[in-house]
Amino acid sequence: MLTRLANPARFMRVSGVVLPWLGGASAGVLGLGLVWSLLLAPPDYQQGESVRIMFVHVPAAMMAEGVYYLIAIASFVALVWRHPLADIAGQAAALIGAGFTLVCLATGSLWGRPMWGAWWVWDARLTSVLVLFFLYLGYIALVNAFDDASRGARAGALLALVGVVDLPIIKFSVNWWNTLHQPASILRVGGPSIDVSMLLPLFVMTAGFGLLFLWALLLRMRTQLNERKARALSLYGPAAVRDEESTALPAIGAR
Amino acid sequence: MNAIESWFGMGGYAGFVWPAYGVAAIVLGGLALYSWLRHRRSNAALARLQGRLGTRE
Repeated sequence: MLTRLANPARFMRVSGVVLPWLGGASAGVLGLGLVWSLLLAPPDYQQGESVRIMFVHVPAAMMAEGVYYLIAIASFVALVWRHPLADIAGQAAALIGAGFTLVCLATGSLWGRPMWGAWWVWDARLTSVLVLFFLYLGYIALVNAFDDASRGARAGALLALVGVVDLPIIKFSVNWWNTLHQPASILRVGGPSIDVSMLLPLFVMTAGFGLLFLWALLLRMRTQLNERKARALSLYGPAAVRDEESTALPAIGAR
Repeated sequence: MNAIESWFGMGGYAGFVWPAYGVAAIVLGGLALYSWLRHRRSNAALARLQGRLGTRE
């Protein structure tokens, strides 16, 4: 399935069909998730209504890490097999991943102020997520820093792979160090320690964020393919894209 | 009326809960809108170019 999709022309066809369904599904699931998070879920017995921030914070954090894993895998595929869609996927995902990380940091700060009494502390969890945000920004900057887009893509892919060491640090920071941030309460040995009434809206919001990401990923990959094709057409004329079914498009113009 | 007011009040945490949802809506909604507009622009530019060169799929 993946290898069949991994042809730019076929990718354009399939993604064109899937895109409206993904968009509709993400809007619907996010709508349900918002009603659930803001209205139906009960206030926490200790945190009160401020716990509702968690329904945005936790899914954003999961997406921030998940999208980075995806970029790392795409970078590996791009470096080893030189597949053109892999670079495009990584670059299309990065800005959305940075957005999720920013939302995670901002909502965490807005929760930390009333709960911990501080907007920010240099605790291992918070610091390693801030590092993740800078990894995203560095990747985006590096990819676009070269005149030769394929060199930019290679440099970005290398940075993305090196940066992977930050992900286990984020995950285990709450166990390795004495952090102010609470330890894991969902993905932990012995099952989640959160009540179902809060776990369900958390899952719905995570699914909504995931669908939104997939929608944006496909959309942004299509944009890049369009732009590369237009560049190839204007530079080399119709011959450049005539046999695009069998050959990959040249990597011209990053992002 | 009172129920709505107390909902907006968020048990005293209104100043933190609403900005959190607002930040998420602005950042994620903004990125979605930006990506969508850019996709539309790239579609139009490619179609114009293909029309000029006479290459249609």
